Amino acid sequence: MTNWTTMNWTLAIPEIVLSCFAMAILVFGALWKRESFRMCSMMAVGALLVTAMLVVSNSSGIGYRGLFTNDSFSGFIKLLVLVSSALGIIVSLDYAEHENLRRFEFPVLIMLCTVGMMIMASASNLMTLYLGLELQSLAIYVLAAFARDQLRSSEAGLKYFVLGALASGLLLYGISLIYGFSGSMAFDRLATALSDPTKASPGLIVGIVFVIAGLAFKISAVPFHMWTPDVYEGAPTPVTSFMGTAPKVAAMALLVRAMATPFGHLLPQWQQLIVLVSIASMLLGSLAAIGQTNIKRLMAYSSIGHMGYTLIGLAAGTAVGIRGVLIYLVTYVFMNAGTFACIIAMRRRGRMLEKVSDLSGLAKTDPGLAAALMIFMFSMAGIPPFTGFWGKYFIFTAAVQSGLWTLAVIGVLTSVIGAYYYLRIIKVMYFDEAHEAFDPRPGSLTFVGGVSAIFTTVFFLFPAPLVGAAEAAARVLFG
Amino acid sequence: MLYSVAIFAPLAGSVIAGLLGRAIGERAAQAVTILCMLLAAACGVTAFVQLVYGDAEPGVVSLGTWIEAGSFHVDWALRYDTLAAVMVAMVTSVATLIHIYSVGYMGHEPRNTTWRFFSYLSLFTFAMLMLVTADNLVQLFFGWEGVGLASYLLIGYWYDRPSACAAAIKAFVVNRIGDLGFALGIALIYVTFGSVEFPVIFGSVGQHVNDTYHLLGAEYRSLEVIGILLFIGAMGKSAQIGLHVWLPDAMEGPTPVSALIHAATMVTAGVFMMARMSPIVEQAPDALAFVTFIGATTAFFAATVGCVQNDIKRVIAYSTCSQLGYMFVAAGVGAYQASVFHLLTHAFFKALLFLGAGSVIHAMSDEQDMRRMGGLWKMIPLTYAMFWIGSLSLGGVFPFAGYFSKDAIIEAAWASHTLIGHYGFWCTIIAAFLTAFYSWRLIIMTFHGKPRADHRTMEHVHESPAAMTVPLILLAVGAVFAGWWFRDQLVGEDWREFWGDSIVVAANNHVLTDMEHVPGWVSALPSVVGLAGIALAYLFYMFMPALPVRLAATFGGVYRFLLNKWYFDELYNFLFVRPAFALARGLWHVGDSRIIDGIPNGVAAMTADGSAQIVKIQTGSIATYAFAMLIGLVLLVGIFLLFR
Repeated sequence: MTNWTTMNWTLAIPEIVLSCFAMAILVFGALWKRESFRMCSMMAVGALLVTAMLVVSNSSGIGYRGLFTNDSFSGFIKLLVLVSSALGIIVSLDYAEHENLRRFEFPVLIMLCTVGMMIMASASNLMTLYLGLELQSLAIYVLAAFARDQLRSSEAGLKYFVLGALASGLLLYGISLIYGFSGSMAFDRLATALSDPTKASPGLIVGIVFVIAGLAFKISAVPFHMWTPDVYEGAPTPVTSFMGTAPKVAAMALLVRAMATPFGHLLPQWQQLIVLVSIASMLLGSLAAIGQTNIKRLMAYSSIGHMGYTLIGLAAGTAVGIRGVLIYLVTYVFMNAGTFACIIAMRRRGRMLEKVSDLSGLAKTDPGLAAALMIFMFSMAGIPPFTGFWGKYFIFTAAVQSGLWTLAVIGVLTSVIGAYYYLRIIKVMYFDEAHEAFDPRPGSLTFVGGVSAIFTTVFFLFPAPLVGAAEAAARVLFG
Repeated sequence: MLYSVAIFAPLAGSVIAGLLGRAIGERAAQAVTILCMLLAAACGVTAFVQLVYGDAEPGVVSLGTWIEAGSFHVDWALRYDTLAAVMVAMVTSVATLIHIYSVGYMGHEPRNTTWRFFSYLSLFTFAMLMLVTADNLVQLFFGWEGVGLASYLLIGYWYDRPSACAAAIKAFVVNRIGDLGFALGIALIYVTFGSVEFPVIFGSVGQHVNDTYHLLGAEYRSLEVIGILLFIGAMGKSAQIGLHVWLPDAMEGPTPVSALIHAATMVTAGVFMMARMSPIVEQAPDALAFVTFIGATTAFFAATVGCVQNDIKRVIAYSTCSQLGYMFVAAGVGAYQASVFHLLTHAFFKALLFLGAGSVIHAMSDEQDMRRMGGLWKMIPLTYAMFWIGSLSLGGVFPFAGYFSKDAIIEAAWASHTLIGHYGFWCTIIAAFLTAFYSWRLIIMTFHGKPRADHRTMEHVHESPAAMTVPLILLAVGAVFAGWWFRDQLVGEDWREFWGDSIVVAANNHVLTDMEHVPGWVSALPSVVGLAGIALAYLFYMFMPALPVRLAATFGGVYRFLLNKWYFDELYNFLFVRPAFALARGLWHVGDSRIIDGIPNGVAAMTADGSAQIVKIQTGSIATYAFAMLIGLVLLVGIFLLFR
């Protein structure tokens, strides 16, 4: 509020630098006559790392006349987004070679998408929010249709685009309603205007529901989830992997900030909605995944379920709940990236495999890959000591502390149902008849899978740094 | 100190043989357990001699606190008084002999497997010693269950034989029934006395004589109820009629086990408990009458059944059952000393008989049916001689050990001058006749007449190795002299001095004095009927072998009734086993399969169906998806506006 009028443009240096890198790599890729995909990708990863360092060293504050906020929450999210984007680029390296997708635009698009997500993390105005969201979404529409020669991929891109446009329209309409009924789009002004919840007009509240609907689409929460299985299945697997991690984190961060900061005083009103969406997501995520034979579709439903669990933390509406959300997102990113690294490694005689049954007997033909996938599946099922358990633990603790017993109980029940299909994959790998071995695994996938597996396994030994950072980030929103 | 060594040496042997047996080999395991047992026997006998003939004082060896919960206090403690010391000396020495005997008897087992057997034997010995030295009811119960466990393990030692497994389970289950009574008795003692420690209980019996206990709307004296409950425990362990069905089946175990557990020691635990709890049961005349009734009936019943059995071990098993009945008759009329006296002599001659039977079975290549024996006496003369000594002792022929102890019981039953005492007297007199009869029936069928086994078996008949015969000879010495040596001290003039405070009799209980003054015919009658029984056996099986066959044909009903052991097994099958199986099957089919399995299976099926339904909406059409989104939005807005 105090420095409301100042520009403070240095606050956005990471975003600016990353955008410049993206442009530079684009130019380089266009001018370089020879094969440039691998080099551009490496440069992109380097750029992401540089940006991450800039994020760490950047100071907190409000810039661009209140449009842009840097605090420990946004820092936390940005680092997570950067790491998952980098992992996304790395897992695509080998895939692109095999599937003839060696185009330098791929890393550039991911970088631009990342810029959008970083803006989302820092958004403190409904306009910034929309801007970041659209930048991110447009990049992903293209990425989803990246294998443009394949029908499935083009269809996925188009589907996502059409439905995304609808969601954007809902969001924009919601924003216009909010602006119309309250006279502001800035988060802090909205918060002041709504400090007395009884004064909130129905129009404003309808606006909030529209905004929630728009954002729920991005995190694929029920009932705005329908695109997820189709797009996850159709998009090239590295894109699916990326879509399943960074954008989910960013959209969830945006939803958390939008609910906590401007509409924090309306908690009793939107809490019911979040609870409802959360329950529906958990139920659908766990039930619908049971019948799936395609592992990418299965992961799509799994991610719907996971978003349901994270929403529990938001519904709690406390710093403890937000801390749970952040910890859950971190564990989710690594489990997901690791799982997709394993899925991308499913290649036999040069052909990609996507069926659960293709994993049959993997423990005999590739014990390392089977062990890694087993770790991720156990973690997703929420079995200690893996990270998935701790994510759920922090979330459920917060729910219980806020008295949301129903949510916690449903959460536990659905994770039991969910355990069925996660454990089924382990069963297929370890107890079924072995097939022919997969093609040799490239180093990039081993790297991503290994890092994720190690993090997933040993997190419980050193939880303090992450829990501390999440705690600090959460306190910004709920002091 | 010596005393503790006597009790814990068998445990050490058991642990070493049991845990390391596979590694150190069976010879080493046998050596370790036998050395431990020799040490235990030396210490046990020394402790006994020091207490009774030396100047050692009775007392308690405290080993530490076991349970400390509110006012409930239980210690690990070894009680050192005459009763305990007698039992320790007897148990350790008999167990040692049987350990040694087993080396020979188990010699035909597959190599390197018998360490398990020796570990169990030592474990049993330890549990039995814990039982007899307990200073509180909980430790007594610990030993009580410990011997039950060891008995289960040893009956089922040949676990690849279905009959052995069934017998082991039967013994365990039947004992549970008795143990329930015992546990309830302990609980009632705690309720009444506020403690389970013997010194506290025995010290305050006087204050609780008139306590009452409400049960099913009626009032009973607490001590009577306690006495009955404890005796139900004793009935299970000591195979009294009703709960005796496990003992004959327990003969499935190796013969040394039958000798140690099912003749000399474990089955006498009930008798020991009666003597140990004498301060309480002495104040419960009705319970004692019940004890006498059951004991006398068992003595008679088991003897009748023993007369027609054909399995050599089963005959001895029913004989054991019958002799235990004698001991309870003695306890029931207040002559606890006589019951313990018979317990001691019985341990020697019954172990002798069992081990002798083992020697016969060993010689006959594991044949146990007497109808396929005969004519063995020249081929295994030593075993034959041992059988004579054991049978003379069992039959109560002067001057063998059994004569003294059995006569003491019969005279005590007469001297009690109660109606139930006279019932006991006549039952035991008849049983004495039958005992002599079936003992010589066994001897004649086994050792005399023409060989009825096939040629090959007869060729293999051989006298047992020294490891088996030496224990036999030592037991025979006990079977000959134990009665003569101990009579005056245990039940004669010196009994007060001998027993000290370890057995308490009420002020009006003069049965031990009165039994010295019974009419002449009463003391003569047991010997007369015993000799008559022997004569009858000779008549039936030696001189007129056709007679018993004719009798069996003429009185077919009676014969079958006895041969089928009064139809106890069939009755229990009908009353308990089959209904229990039917109930279990019902619970399995309906309760478990349908309800307990059905609920989760149904939920799982519902989940799978739900999954299929949910997936159906996923048509792939953008229009559907967009429509779903808008419907969802409308729902959310509606809910928000309605419930805000």
